[in-house]
Amino acid sequence: MSTVAPAPLLLSDVELPPVDRAPLRRLRRRRAMLQAACILVTLFMGFPVYLIALAAFSSRQTLNAFPKSLLPTEVSTETISAFLSSTGVLPAFLNSIMIGLATLVLALLIGAPAGYAIARFVFRGRDTYQLAMLLTRALPIVVLAVPLAQLFLTAGLYDTILAVTLVHAALALPTTILITASVFVSVPRDLEEAAQLFGCTRAQAFRRIVVPMALPGIAASAIFTFVLSWNEVLAAAVLTLNNRTLPAQVLTSLSDSPLAFRFAGGFALVLPALLFILLMRRYLLNMWGSTLR
Amino acid sequence: MSTDVGPPPAPVRAEPLRAPRRVPVPLLLLLPSAVFMALLFGWPLLSGIMEAFRGPDGFTTANWERMAGEPRFWEAVRNTLLLTAVVIPIQFTFAVAMALLLQAKPRGAGFYFYVWAVPLAISDLAAGLVWLAIFTDLGYLNSALVDIGIVERGAQWLNYQNPTSLFLTVVVAEVWRATSLVLIIVVAGMQVIPKDYDEAAQVFGATFWKRLWHVTLPLLRPSLQVALILRTILAFEAFAVAQALTGRNFPLLVGETYEWSVNLQNPAVASAVALVVLGMSMVVAVIYLRALRQPDSVRSGR
Repeated sequence: MSTVAPAPLLLSDVELPPVDRAPLRRLRRRRAMLQAACILVTLFMGFPVYLIALAAFSSRQTLNAFPKSLLPTEVSTETISAFLSSTGVLPAFLNSIMIGLATLVLALLIGAPAGYAIARFVFRGRDTYQLAMLLTRALPIVVLAVPLAQLFLTAGLYDTILAVTLVHAALALPTTILITASVFVSVPRDLEEAAQLFGCTRAQAFRRIVVPMALPGIAASAIFTFVLSWNEVLAAAVLTLNNRTLPAQVLTSLSDSPLAFRFAGGFALVLPALLFILLMRRYLLNMWGSTLR
Repeated sequence: MSTDVGPPPAPVRAEPLRAPRRVPVPLLLLLPSAVFMALLFGWPLLSGIMEAFRGPDGFTTANWERMAGEPRFWEAVRNTLLLTAVVIPIQFTFAVAMALLLQAKPRGAGFYFYVWAVPLAISDLAAGLVWLAIFTDLGYLNSALVDIGIVERGAQWLNYQNPTSLFLTVVVAEVWRATSLVLIIVVAGMQVIPKDYDEAAQVFGATFWKRLWHVTLPLLRPSLQVALILRTILAFEAFAVAQALTGRNFPLLVGETYEWSVNLQNPAVASAVALVVLGMSMVVAVIYLRALRQPDSVRSGR
């Protein structure tokens, strides 16, 4: 760190051993290479997101120009507002939001009790149940989507928000159960027992002690469910005709829409991801790490 | 609620947690989810299998023959397998390398982690559209190439007459989108590995590569196994990314199902194709579980 200046007065005649700076240099070089590698990866991961944002906020004229500038020279809302005002997009936006919210409520209502049971009780068949839940994840959505379309058709549910919500909730349920289970495990059981000792019923203890403590984790699971629903394309496209979700709307109009529409659509689909990961950074590792092993 | 400890609470309330009840509580709590999953997973699965074998007059394999008679189907099988086989090794190498970078604690690690995790929440449709903006004829890649002066006009990356570049664009988009998932699982797995092993190896003079190969990776095996199964199954499900980038020029199996179901209105053949995807997923899961099973340690699989 500090350069050893030769002391001028007293030590001038003392021969100092040469300072070996090689390890320090090696360390510095390693640090620099580490940073360079990180920046390189970050560019690969982040730059495409920047570019789609750039495309979505370009005017039509800029989009048709070639070669395009990689810098935001002219920011314009022309493309994105054209996307938002094209037929079906705004209702699809609303559908996506409503289905996402309904999905997370439904998944939590059904999943959280199961997660609590797994976390708190030892019972026969617990491992089987957990394994079965894990296995459902291995089921490709497409296997369910096609028969469900038939079933919903006969049940009169085809092309409704409810149909898509049900499927999305089913897709999110295994994850919801596993996440909520790990959340409830992290709430100390002693507190719950203490509350019961002081006269709470089991339900009261749950409501007053467990719920407040588990709330952040449950919120994380809820956001996760929302994003799963927001991103799901296939089932939404197969199960709807007029009540499209946003991804389904974009997918079905891919072949007959101008590039500008697709870029704006891509950006609209990416935007929540940025927010989601920002909110969830702290939970990501716990969610994927502990629930999966 | 007052906290005075005066009179002891009524004995009924102070019962221990596992008091005998008529209906066991866990069953009550699990029942809704079990019923829901049976209705929305079990039922459609069964009806899908039946649908695939149903013809106008009872049992038939006509749907399967129709499916197999379509050249696009075999193209889709080939593409799906090829894409998976190419993408997954790249993703795992990338993810482990990225996790090691983060493990070295660079300055700004939090920011890096955020950016690297963002694609985790991006759907394959959105990823396809993002890369479409880059790879399209008048897109950003060609713009950059022309700006630098490498080429004069830019290449047609997404032209159907150019299957290699078509394939590569899908590979790039898939690597970009889905490496994050592997990264998260690997980072989470690395966090629970005690530092001692690595330090001990270091003391004994093992090089970085030796430590990676003999210490870190074996300890990561459970995480890698989970990530591998999950990623492969998800890779089989990719379709919108190819749809967004190439239209119908790069058929994938799930895309074919979508095509049969939505555009051709033939749920029977669509179910058959879907079952092919399911079969592939199951075969792969079994192979992985066999191949990566822990030798004889007592770890449970999960």
